[in-house]
Amino acid sequence: MLQSETGPRIAEVDQAWTEGAPRQAPVVSRAASLRTWLPVTAATVICLGAHWFVSTTEPPAETRSYFIFLWSVLGVSIVLAAAQVGWPSLRRWMRQMGPIFAAALLVLVGWELITAGFRWLPLPYFPSPAGVFQSLINDRALLFDSTWHSLILLLGGYALGVIAGLISGICIGWSSPVRYWGMPVLKVVGPIPATAWIPLAMVVSPSAVFSAAALIALAVWFPVTMLTASGISNTRASYLDVARTLGAGRRYLIFRVAIPAALPSIFIGLFMGLGASFLTLVVAETVGVKSGLGWYVAWAQGWAEYGKVFAALIIMAAFFSTIMTVLFKVRDRVLVWQKGVIKW
Amino acid sequence: MVAESAMEASSLRIREVRKSFPAPDDPATRRLALDGISLSLAAGELVSLVGPSGCGKSTLLRLIAGLDSPDSGELMVGAESIVGPNAERGLVFQDPNLFPWLTVRRNIEAGLAARHVLHENRHEVDEFMRLVGLESFADAYPHHLSGGMAQRVALARALINHPKVLLLDEPLGALDAFTRMRMQDEVLRLWQARRTTMLLVTHDIDEAIYMSDRIVIMTQRPGRIERTIPVALRRPRDRSSADFLQLRGEILELLHFAGNAVAI
Repeated sequence: MLQSETGPRIAEVDQAWTEGAPRQAPVVSRAASLRTWLPVTAATVICLGAHWFVSTTEPPAETRSYFIFLWSVLGVSIVLAAAQVGWPSLRRWMRQMGPIFAAALLVLVGWELITAGFRWLPLPYFPSPAGVFQSLINDRALLFDSTWHSLILLLGGYALGVIAGLISGICIGWSSPVRYWGMPVLKVVGPIPATAWIPLAMVVSPSAVFSAAALIALAVWFPVTMLTASGISNTRASYLDVARTLGAGRRYLIFRVAIPAALPSIFIGLFMGLGASFLTLVVAETVGVKSGLGWYVAWAQGWAEYGKVFAALIIMAAFFSTIMTVLFKVRDRVLVWQKGVIKW
Repeated sequence: MVAESAMEASSLRIREVRKSFPAPDDPATRRLALDGISLSLAAGELVSLVGPSGCGKSTLLRLIAGLDSPDSGELMVGAESIVGPNAERGLVFQDPNLFPWLTVRRNIEAGLAARHVLHENRHEVDEFMRLVGLESFADAYPHHLSGGMAQRVALARALINHPKVLLLDEPLGALDAFTRMRMQDEVLRLWQARRTTMLLVTHDIDEAIYMSDRIVIMTQRPGRIERTIPVALRRPRDRSSADFLQLRGEILELLHFAGNAVAI
């Protein structure tokens, strides 16, 4: 009786499970197996060729580091090509990601040709990838230090904003008196970009780092409050009714029904807040705080060291993207019960 | 003697209940949804409410659950009047309304957790999962369940609080015909095992005859009780017996749905 009723559902679950697990390796044609490893290896060889061709015009030190980098990429790609023969999950990953990596390497080729090769773009504003790579290596200590300072400031401000936003969002979403008085404040203060407060913040606060953290918190607070409040107040009335007939008191209704029901919306707020926090962080570091990646970019630009500017931009891309990924991973863990969530 | 008084405590009395709502098109006026409803259920009785949609069946159930309060009249369970929602009156909707963020086990535990008695009564959770045949789905999330399974979880969730009265608002309305008949037997089995007083809203006459001790027929605008029909058939009932079909014919006649409708 149970089986007949649940048959198709179980099959779906089964399928979802097996899709994640290694399947029996299918018989692959020679062309398909080439497609697995060739793109990255070939693109690396093209990179090396282009760099060798261009490098006659560049200073030797810059050339060497980039050569070492490209040879290592080639080495790794060959090792992976050999390893994937007896490793189906690696093969599937390579077939999936190979074209993306190959395209990224070809972008490097294009960049190198446009800058160092044909000199279509003016120096020193547009250094070649080899130059940027060299800056990355030469200034690694300062870059690491800047990233570390940015991370501390970002996490401090973000945590502060999230806590404040969750508290105000829950109160506004749940209680109508709080909504009556809170919403006007939210509507007037919220839409002001946090960066617009910078002049005021620098006057009021004794420490630039402290005021930057407060500004980041403010930037995060608005979307988190907004989305939390709307998530809480849109909790399906029938969930609350059911909980009441089960004997739930107010605490249970808020913390075990309304907040879980609002979580999908809360995570959208956390995501939007994170984007706002990146922006505020970089602007605050550029104009006030004397450390961090934003400061580093402004400082390098002041010395016209554009290799360092690009290096810092690359670090920022990796840094922000990693933090975003962490947030999405957390969300996927927390919202396993939800169907059809967007993948990051 | 103790058992006797415990049974009495789960009787349900509704006297002259009226309830009105603001009219949707004109908020200044109020529209009467229930007009002088009086109804008594003996402890352990299973009564069906049948009537056209909009006759206030669900409104009445919400009043009994304590989710709304009447304009006038009195609702009592045993000797106590109903003032608000309470774990002693369980409610199951047509939509199972399982909490999607909780697994099957946690959904069933919800009633105990809400009353802060989960720790002492944890053993009951397994018992109730067995009762509704869902042991192997303990860690599944609601979106993996079929409609019938989800409704069984909803029943177990409502029953784990040992309610004196169980209110069922078209609980089987969204299920296909076969699942529905199976679930009717399942609800009857739970009812016979626990002797809970049950009030079942349905618009399926067969379901009402098959399941209940009495059928209360309501009319609409405003909702009134038109008639109460006792069902004296012996249990387990046979859906195709002559007595069953005769009673069915009488009720359809009463609701003006009999086959010999006058052609216009």
